[in-house]
Amino acid sequence: MEAQVDETRSVDETRPAGPAERGRGGSRTAGGPGRILVTVYAIFAVAACSRSAVQISTEFDHARLAYLLSAFAAVVYVVATVALARPGAAWHRVAVAACATELAGVLAVGTASVVDSAAFPDQAVWSNYGSGYLFIPVILPVLGLTWLRRSAARERVADRPARESANP
Amino acid sequence: MIDGLAAASIACALVAGVACLLQTWRDRAVGVGLLAAAGVVEAVLLAQVIAAIVVVARGSHADQPVNFVLYLIASVVALPVGVWWSLGDRSRWGSGVLGIACLAVAIIVVRLGQVWESTGGSTGG
Repeated sequence: MEAQVDETRSVDETRPAGPAERGRGGSRTAGGPGRILVTVYAIFAVAACSRSAVQISTEFDHARLAYLLSAFAAVVYVVATVALARPGAAWHRVAVAACATELAGVLAVGTASVVDSAAFPDQAVWSNYGSGYLFIPVILPVLGLTWLRRSAARERVADRPARESANP
Repeated sequence: MIDGLAAASIACALVAGVACLLQTWRDRAVGVGLLAAAGVVEAVLLAQVIAAIVVVARGSHADQPVNFVLYLIASVVALPVGVWWSLGDRSRWGSGVLGIACLAVAIIVVRLGQVWESTGGSTGG
């Protein structure tokens, strides 16, 4: 019984920010610089959602492909915002998938809009690599994926001493 | 729209945004000063909403009414949400969040003016 108590205490001491602490204090992904990332993603989620809702409900026939792609982008931004703000490994994987989808999307749609501009009579969020949005759509997923890699690496470092002392 | 109020809210939002980013750079968390600055910006934005309602009630209308109303709502919702999200991290990054929110408000107000008179609709009123 005493050995049990000692073990838990040593685990606590060698674990500066274990999963329980992270659960209370919010996720590491949404902390520090990640909080700014979530802010920008949230702005894009709101902007893309409302823009595509207005476009599809009022002038869908004008540029169907561009508006459908904008709606898809809106969904990706919402998923990325929620996943980046939430703690846990599962949300981390969702965030990586969302950022990767976003990067692939902005590169594919950006290239398509440059090659075949007739197919994009009206601006979509991702057309011309997001030039209508200060090119933030193409920068954001790169920053997102970089941040997710770094925060994952830090979590592994933080968890390692806890695992070693828990499994003698 | 009332150009003076729009210019004032853009200027206030930019000043507050730069102050927030300055505090981020100086490694300071959100304090009373930044919250007061955000409050001033929000007051000007609320005045703009009231002015917009009065102008529309007098018979003028935006060139893109749906977008205008959405941007108007976004202009007053952005800062309260930004303050809430920034206070979740009492470090320099909270100040950064508030700074981004202020810059977003400035962009929203610019867009607000564009959807009001994309063909010079308000010059007659």
